[in-house]
Amino acid sequence: MMKLLTATTAITLAGTGLALAGTIDDIKARGHIQCGVTQGVPGFSNPNDAGDWTGFDVDICRAVAAAVLSDADAVRYTPLSNTERFTALQSGEVDILSRTTTRTLNRDTALGLNFAPVVFYDGQGFMVRESSGITSALELDGTTVCVSAGSTSELNVADYFTANNMTYEPVRFEKADEVLAAYDAGRCDVYTSDLSGLAARRLVMQNPAEHLMLKETISKEPLAPAVRHGDDAWFDIVTWTVYALIAAEELGVTAANIDQMKAEGSPDVQRLLGSSETGTGEWVGLDNDWATRAIAAGGNYGELWARHLGPDTPLKLARGLNELYNNGGIQYAMPIK
Amino acid sequence: MTAPFLPPRQIFWTRRRVKSLLVQVVFLGGLAWLAYFLFANTTANLQRQGIASGFGFLSQRAGFDVSLSFLPFTSDSSYGRAFWVAVVNALVLSALGIVLATILGFGLGLARVSKNWLIARLATVYIEIFRNIPLLLQLFFWYFAILRQLPGPKESVVLADLVFLNNRGLYMPRPQVDQGGWVIMVCFVAGLCMALVMTLRARQQRLKTGHGPKSWYWWPIGLVALPLTAFMITGASLSFVIPELRGFNYRGGMLMLPEMLAALLGLGFYIAAAIGEIVRSGIQGVDKGQVEAASALGLARRDIMRLVVLPQAMRIIIPPLATQYLSLAKNTSLAAAIAFPEIISIVAGTTLTQTGQALEAITLAMLFYMGVSLSIAAVMNFLNYRVLRHGN
Repeated sequence: MMKLLTATTAITLAGTGLALAGTIDDIKARGHIQCGVTQGVPGFSNPNDAGDWTGFDVDICRAVAAAVLSDADAVRYTPLSNTERFTALQSGEVDILSRTTTRTLNRDTALGLNFAPVVFYDGQGFMVRESSGITSALELDGTTVCVSAGSTSELNVADYFTANNMTYEPVRFEKADEVLAAYDAGRCDVYTSDLSGLAARRLVMQNPAEHLMLKETISKEPLAPAVRHGDDAWFDIVTWTVYALIAAEELGVTAANIDQMKAEGSPDVQRLLGSSETGTGEWVGLDNDWATRAIAAGGNYGELWARHLGPDTPLKLARGLNELYNNGGIQYAMPIK
Repeated sequence: MTAPFLPPRQIFWTRRRVKSLLVQVVFLGGLAWLAYFLFANTTANLQRQGIASGFGFLSQRAGFDVSLSFLPFTSDSSYGRAFWVAVVNALVLSALGIVLATILGFGLGLARVSKNWLIARLATVYIEIFRNIPLLLQLFFWYFAILRQLPGPKESVVLADLVFLNNRGLYMPRPQVDQGGWVIMVCFVAGLCMALVMTLRARQQRLKTGHGPKSWYWWPIGLVALPLTAFMITGASLSFVIPELRGFNYRGGMLMLPEMLAALLGLGFYIAAAIGEIVRSGIQGVDKGQVEAASALGLARRDIMRLVVLPQAMRIIIPPLATQYLSLAKNTSLAAAIAFPEIISIVAGTTLTQTGQALEAITLAMLFYMGVSLSIAAVMNFLNYRVLRHGN
């Protein structure tokens, strides 16, 4: 709430130069990127035992920092609630919002945001207690549902119950861990959120085995990093850093083999890594090694996935739609040329 | 002949009235300029970033549901309606909280000055505990430590098969009148008005002549006998809808959400401690000679308190009491932390995020709290004026 008020005040008081063109100059001058993240979602953005932020969304910020500042560690993280996130970005408190945020028309236009490419194709699901005997979302009539206030989940669940002629009682908390705690303590029969979020939060429940996810997915939730309207140069850098990570997976460039690929790779690889005559640096306003640094920071898109979300992690998520287009998914980089 | 005394010539703008006028004009001008600057700058900043502004969003479909609403509200209702739902929820919570805190607080205040050692000490212990723990913590205590620990619907705490308490809330029977319900309501209201008029008339007569008719019996006649007669004449039947466990939750009956219950207990018990101290200080602030004079006249202890001490104590009590009521109404905002759907939760939370119009949502929330505070202050000022004029 405090953050929200300061951010609101910032919009009111800021001089004419408020956070418009010049984000990159600001970042270079201060030497780090301000990255807005969640207040703690395992796998996406969560502080580890040493207090460092880790996760899939965090690594996106690190890749951008590596591209712009040549230092993946030059990122400061601002944990934001659902309510605070957009105001914090609009007011310039953060440069980039990498925070499991669904891209919607309203946010893209009326809220003054620009969304970089989707980094995670998600959908909303339901979690219930196994002992409740519920097996389908259509059996949820008359239940109490815990949901995060100010999320797309809150709107989807209202639409879903209306469309299926069912009633429910919503219990809405602002912080995600309060929603979870309420469900875990039995205040609600159902916990609804993005499927990835359900999987992540299940890890911190008292007894994860007692809960199950229903098979229905009731919405499309394309999660993407966002920046402010009005600074196209910065938007380009964030957009193409994400594409560079995906392209690297398509081309087989990994953090481990990047030096070798840079020397011996195909023309596409050479162009991506800036080792050919036609480097891409000038076009995005950086040097030719920008993509190399972004990929070397944490690996390609597939490596980030495997490290934070995939089958070898506690979340054990299947790639599904997030698999590359030539591997059964819909993830696909625009040509880097 | 000496020259007549001439006052020193005064420059026009050093005259007192002109000077103070000038200062005020400059100050107001500065204030207006600042307001204009903030407004223009904000609008420009929003426009430059292409962020929507204005209150047009209030007529758009809200698309979310709320757990507690005294107005008809569905996800098809507008954001404007959601605002009013939040307003009513906050007002209901404030009103119930004020009633609870006042009754409890006056009891505590009287107990504090009681001659009974045990009662006085117990009141002191209560006040010291509840006054010295932050309100937010008390809300968490009621909500998380007490109400959340209750069993689920299937293992509810049952009272006489009528009242059910579980972690979904407190379920109570709901009275329901089949027919002629409105006739009974009209009779009730008429009875209330009648009792009020008769009491006031009796009082006026007593003030004028020193003798007045007894008027207390108009209250049971107006509030009980009259509606009861109407009830029997219309042949209406009164029934109670008893909550029953169907599916996942109890249905039917009246439901008090745990969020509401925790907020009410937290706010009521906290403010009651402060009111208790205000009442004690008010009673002790009445001159001792008054009590001595009253007992010299042979008044009973009870009558001394009722007729002599309390009316004078009210003059001391009311101004700080108003502050406590204001504080209670504003502190309902803390109930957002325990998911009670009031202004901060619905307007400065969900509406703000779903529309992205932070400035407008925050402005609405601030206007609400200012409006409520000013209204309470106005009512309490009127009461204070009455007490100063009439003594009670």
